[in-house]
Amino acid sequence: MKQLVIDSQKCDAGRNCNHECELECAIKVFKVDDPAQAALQIKAYEDGGGKAVLCDQCGDCVVVCPTEALKRNKLGVVMIDKQLCVGCYMCIGFCEKEAFMRNPDWIVPHKCTSCGICVKVCPHGALSIVDVPEPAVRII
Amino acid sequence: MSQLVFDPSKVMDFDYTRRTEYLEGLEAIQAAHKVLKEITYTPSLPDKGYTNRTLYVNVGSLEVKEKPVTQQMKDVFIGGRGFGLFHLWNAVKPTTRWNDPENEIIISPGPVAGMTQYAGTGKSLVVSLSPQTDIPIDSNVGGFYGPLLKFSGFDALELQGKSDKDIILFIDGVKGIIRIEEAPTDPVDSHVLAEVLTHMYAENEKDLPNISVVSTGAAAEHSLIGMLNFSFYDRRRKCVRFKQAGRGGIGTVFRDKRIRALVVRGPKVAGDLNHPADPETIAKTGIKYHKEIRENDGSQCMMRRNGTAHIVEIMDAYDLLPVHNFQYGSHPDVHKIDSSYWQQRCTQHTVDGCWYGCSMACAKGADGLVLKTGPYKGDMVTVDGPEYENAAGLGSNCGVFDPDYLLELNFYCDTYGICTITYGTLTAFVMECYQRGILNKSRTGGLEMTWGNAEADLEMMHQMARGEGFGKIAGLGVKKMKEHFIKNGWGDPQLINDIGMENKGLEYSQYMSKESLAQQGGYALTNKGPQHDEAWLIFMDMVNKQLPTFEDKAEALYYFPLFRTWFGLNGFCKLPWNDVVPANNSEQPEAHKVPEHVQNYVDLFSATTGIKISKEDLIVQSAKVYNFQRVFNIRMGKGLRLHDAAPYRSLGPVTKEEYESRAERYDQQIITEMGLDPAGKSTEEKMALHREWRTGRFSQLMDSVYTRRGWTLDGVPTLARLKELGLDAFPEVVEVVKQHL
Repeated sequence: MKQLVIDSQKCDAGRNCNHECELECAIKVFKVDDPAQAALQIKAYEDGGGKAVLCDQCGDCVVVCPTEALKRNKLGVVMIDKQLCVGCYMCIGFCEKEAFMRNPDWIVPHKCTSCGICVKVCPHGALSIVDVPEPAVRII
Repeated sequence: MSQLVFDPSKVMDFDYTRRTEYLEGLEAIQAAHKVLKEITYTPSLPDKGYTNRTLYVNVGSLEVKEKPVTQQMKDVFIGGRGFGLFHLWNAVKPTTRWNDPENEIIISPGPVAGMTQYAGTGKSLVVSLSPQTDIPIDSNVGGFYGPLLKFSGFDALELQGKSDKDIILFIDGVKGIIRIEEAPTDPVDSHVLAEVLTHMYAENEKDLPNISVVSTGAAAEHSLIGMLNFSFYDRRRKCVRFKQAGRGGIGTVFRDKRIRALVVRGPKVAGDLNHPADPETIAKTGIKYHKEIRENDGSQCMMRRNGTAHIVEIMDAYDLLPVHNFQYGSHPDVHKIDSSYWQQRCTQHTVDGCWYGCSMACAKGADGLVLKTGPYKGDMVTVDGPEYENAAGLGSNCGVFDPDYLLELNFYCDTYGICTITYGTLTAFVMECYQRGILNKSRTGGLEMTWGNAEADLEMMHQMARGEGFGKIAGLGVKKMKEHFIKNGWGDPQLINDIGMENKGLEYSQYMSKESLAQQGGYALTNKGPQHDEAWLIFMDMVNKQLPTFEDKAEALYYFPLFRTWFGLNGFCKLPWNDVVPANNSEQPEAHKVPEHVQNYVDLFSATTGIKISKEDLIVQSAKVYNFQRVFNIRMGKGLRLHDAAPYRSLGPVTKEEYESRAERYDQQIITEMGLDPAGKSTEEKMALHREWRTGRFSQLMDSVYTRRGWTLDGVPTLARLKELGLDAFPEVVEVVKQHL
């Protein structure tokens, strides 16, 4: 399955970085000019390092979704079907990585789909899309 | 007792999509339907939780009309159970009984119901005059009917009149159609009927989750203990499942009106159909709660794994699990039906909420059960639960410790449309009467009702469904069985009354209250009869020791019935309030109230309706409806102190063997509580001392609770209390009370 990963050694979040990854995601994917609505969030630390809130496509949200609005596509990426979503936000509450996002203006939540738009704009080459095996389905 | 650890490798391997199908005759059944009345209306979605209209349907005259929701209705009755009681009061006279045409069944979801972001927000409240108690009964039920009714445009549905033919009421909230159809050949039992109707009224497969059916079954027609099944479509199992409006016989009223089913087709559900005033607060509160479940459920309750049956072994360990008609509180075979078993037996690879967004997800299901008896013998079915009440009531209380039989009893109760709690308690009573020679094989028509005889137990239930034999007598409930046995001279009247676990005509639910004074009051000092909807205090009292003093108990019997009433005004489930609690809850002041969750509810109500309330306002909202219901009981001829009397089995040991099984405890109480010396006294003498002490403190508790509630010592709300609550605006209410002051 396609998974977005970050090399925290390369991430420059706390120094001169303009968080291009977040902005690009917000504008290109979600059509909003607000990096806080991006599907990935880079937290900067005082020591200059960064920590990313990223969806690793673990699939826990697929298990808890009451309407089967969340399913893996053929690349193994967890996608949301807006027509089926009832806005219950269990996907957000049960995401251990806190990577399921919500825009207060939208009723349907959103998440990273490993599209790679952020990868292309990272000036430090810290982000990449990798292909990893799908984890086993958990009982949650 | 060690904490149960979930082991996925032990979960039994059933294909949860496999079961017997009942769709073969669908087209013929549909072809036999005849439209008796059809009207069109304009569907609408709620605004701040209210659609501001209710639907009235008279199934006898076929009158269908809309009624406005007034500001007074919202201010005083809020919704849900409050709206039900308001409509019922206006519909009936003091002389009305359950089977009179003017009796109503009212279904109302409440303003918050239909919210999808918080756990337990899809409840419907059902109100009617009960065939068991002759006073209003209210029942809080999951499933999709209530929310879909509201999203179709109605805050409540009133059903009045009696039809002379079997009918279905169909509400299409998408197309704006209300139709009454004659349904002459529809299946009778819920698991078949609801499957057929869900597929009949859905426009296609995607539409199946938008259909909900209210139905009952064969036993509701021949007993007084009928219940209503509220359906929801389980997408993963691909089957129609149910939650039950169980208590008090509303299913019996339903069939007396010749209603076969109610069907609603609602719009596709989304997260904002209630159009709340402040969606952001709702979203944040819901997500916070979901996280709490994720973090705490596994270590606190395992509701997601075991449902409410997680407390079977806890109750057994504390000697609180009813065994053999509430004689004893534990049994060596309980391990066969405790949560470690149900955790393996129930399907764990799926989602088990009875409304969207319920992260507590306690609506477990046991798949792949092949039935051994009855009209569906050989069929493979999915069984709801079993919930704690069913494991205890159908199981330990009747000495049934075979889990497959327990599931079969549970299944047939559900599809036949009878309350599992009531059936469990009345069967336990029958079995004890059999044990003590009050009943015998000739009096039961050949049924050997010995402890644990599940086959005889099931046969009695099948008789109830057929309206035959001793099953028909049992279906009258404990109160009428007691009268029948005493009238026939079959046993000592005092013994029969002592062991018949009913109050106001309703059977006790499944907790041993002998050692919990608070729970004794929690059962008997209730509006609708002994259930755990109003004041489930046994855990607080006996397990968590949060009500140590007499005053604490009396205060709890003021606060909790009011607090818990509020869930039923709004369409909430009670379980998410205190089954899983914040990790730091025990450090909070008044931890037993779960203060953070109380604040959640205050916030959710305010954010939905736009009416800012405080936690104190919440109690006042409830107090209006609670006192109105008490006066309603008085209006119907009950609701006084004498009607709150408790059977002695709920207060103390009735029999010698009961006393001697816990002699150390009871002897010690003679020393510490009565200041007497048990040495040299016979068991009978010691039992007499206990009866005097236990009935005395119960009477004292009544005095304290009535006073705290603002009632006279006869249990009548005072005029001052009515005025304080604004109920003096209803002259009829004042008039009822005046006659008893």
